[in-house]
Amino acid sequence: MQNLIKHGVVVADDNWRLLRDEEAEFAADENVILPLSRFLQVQGGEHCGALAVLLAPDSDPLVLQPHLASLTLIAIDFPAFADGRGYSIARLLRERLAFKGELRAVGDVLRDQLSYMAQVGFDSFAIREDRSAAEALEGLADFSEQYQGTVLQPVPLLKRRVPN
Amino acid sequence: MYKYDEVDHRLVRERVAQFRDQTRRFLAGELSEDEFRPLRLMNGLYVQRHAPMLRVAIPYGHLNSTQLRKLAHIARTYDKDYAHFTTRQNMQFNWPALENVPDILAELAEVEMHAIQTSGNCVRNTTTDAFAGVAADELLDPRPYCEIIRQWSTLHPEFAYLPRKFKIAVSGSLEDRAATWVHDIGLHVVRNEEGEVGFRVIVGGGLGRTPMVGKVVREFLPTRHLLTYLDAVLRVYNRFGRRDNKYKARIKILVQAMTVEAFAAKVEDEWLHLKDGPSTLSEADVAYYAAFFTDPSYETLAANSAEFVAQQASEPAFARWLERNTHAHKQPGYRSVVLSLKKTGVPPGDITAAQMEVAADLADRYSFGELRVAHEQNLILADVKESDLYQVWLQAKQHGFATPNIGLLTDIVCCPGGDFCSLANARSIPVAEAIQRKFDDLDYLFDLGDIDCNFSGCMNACGHHHIGNIGILGVDKNGEEWYQITLGGSQGNQSAIGKVIGPSFAQADVPLAFEKIMQLYLEQRLAGERFIETVRRIGLVPFKERVYAKLD
Repeated sequence: MQNLIKHGVVVADDNWRLLRDEEAEFAADENVILPLSRFLQVQGGEHCGALAVLLAPDSDPLVLQPHLASLTLIAIDFPAFADGRGYSIARLLRERLAFKGELRAVGDVLRDQLSYMAQVGFDSFAIREDRSAAEALEGLADFSEQYQGTVLQPVPLLKRRVPN
Repeated sequence: MYKYDEVDHRLVRERVAQFRDQTRRFLAGELSEDEFRPLRLMNGLYVQRHAPMLRVAIPYGHLNSTQLRKLAHIARTYDKDYAHFTTRQNMQFNWPALENVPDILAELAEVEMHAIQTSGNCVRNTTTDAFAGVAADELLDPRPYCEIIRQWSTLHPEFAYLPRKFKIAVSGSLEDRAATWVHDIGLHVVRNEEGEVGFRVIVGGGLGRTPMVGKVVREFLPTRHLLTYLDAVLRVYNRFGRRDNKYKARIKILVQAMTVEAFAAKVEDEWLHLKDGPSTLSEADVAYYAAFFTDPSYETLAANSAEFVAQQASEPAFARWLERNTHAHKQPGYRSVVLSLKKTGVPPGDITAAQMEVAADLADRYSFGELRVAHEQNLILADVKESDLYQVWLQAKQHGFATPNIGLLTDIVCCPGGDFCSLANARSIPVAEAIQRKFDDLDYLFDLGDIDCNFSGCMNACGHHHIGNIGILGVDKNGEEWYQITLGGSQGNQSAIGKVIGPSFAQADVPLAFEKIMQLYLEQRLAGERFIETVRRIGLVPFKERVYAKLD
């Protein structure tokens, strides 16, 4: 996968292949990100490469609970950047299920969403192919603070500044 | 009022810088129109009929004189010398140039103002009672909670791309003056049997295409749980609200589809995981924000001094203004003054740059330097000494905001309509003016008494026509402007959605229809009965018969 920002830097390719198509073929030793239903079929089987899962905006992230120990990467799809469901899914994975692996935003992912996405727990961003990941990276620095409690800073600013 | 600290300043500056860069990228062709639209909307910038429209946030309607002078300066420098107050207690500029908007925002930031989330599918400006903190019937000053909600909702990373816009209102008094029943979330302060103060949480009210009175999802929410509960409601909405059809995307449709019981259960489920988490408010937290909203240094005064009584007796016009345009105050010897922005011939809610400066001066001289914007689109000086009222009246009169019509039929709440707005089906301003001219006799107007009249130029209902005792909706019929009249709507504790009385009217016939409705009311009313009470008692049929009798 290309055009990727991971842990705050642009990386050319990290050897994960995103397969959106339920029927797509892949080699037994490939590292693949599969749609949820395909992932649930394949996992625990003969595949010797690494497996990751792609959640759609209407997926229930809680179904991944039994598989969390074996997952190093979960991708969340943003079919359109105005579709904000993935932000709540990310928070649920981080805060409710305490997922510690990589959380990747894929799809219509652009510079102006990155700072919010980072706050809800994403740590990698597959920037839309027609845009520069290097330029998008600047979006991560748009805000130096958040009023709310977030994954990165659970205690909201509006409480932190109150003298004890 | 709330005062920014260094972090608030920094965040607003960062938002200005972000928007400046977004505008630059759009003008350079690096962002498409479709990509720029949600970004500019989240910063209050619409593209309108003639020019962009910039909506500036006035958090819960509170302003100081410095801020109002800055708004006057912006109107003069970047616009056409005037601006418009909205029903969300915000201010709109109708003529800024897109490339100047980042500079306008930078000027606003200097006085602790911004346009963050005044539009777009995100949490909008929280509104409250314009008499918060000075009203006699208040259980709890809602403003510290409004400020806490303002901060919680500002640049919220999880809820920036909701299915649709989201509006929250807070009322701290027994009588709901914040229209909490017709908001996405209405928080109405209540006291439980143990004497503890908390919020009744009302969800799924709203106007627009599908007007609905909200439903109670929680009878009592202790104030400390405010933010975690809001997070739970918003998360359920963000995940499950419809996104396939913008007319079905408000939370009211989700609540209706799920039933309020199922919706409330889902919220409780989510809340179980968030409750008592790090966003729980301690007493110290609330006290910190409450300290920004303490009483100004009132003098100890006797109410109704001899001189004040004499002024009323010798000057009937002053007495009349006093009756309509001032409100009772919790502090003896003080009243709250409403500066009417409903002068006939001026679009409702419009204010000139010169008037803004006069209002700022009046605030400095007579009301501790602060003002409020009412959701009825008037300005309020909350803390005026009775002994200063005569002077305030004289000066307000001189500058065109002493029309003694607050709460009367001509105090029309009105959107900008087809003269400005590209969504409108019909113009609202000339029709509102025609009604004001029809009812220009003050004795008659006073006799008609309290009537909420609301006017929207399209079914998006920015003029809140559904909750007008008498409401007008502009509709388009084959490219012509027509007007529907509704009766029986109301805000407050007895909130109700008005009902359409029959076929719509041509523009020229609206004032006459109003006159017939008012004549019937005067014939039918019982002693002391307000217009809305007569409508509730006798129903719509007699009005319908009267209005349409000669048209058949």
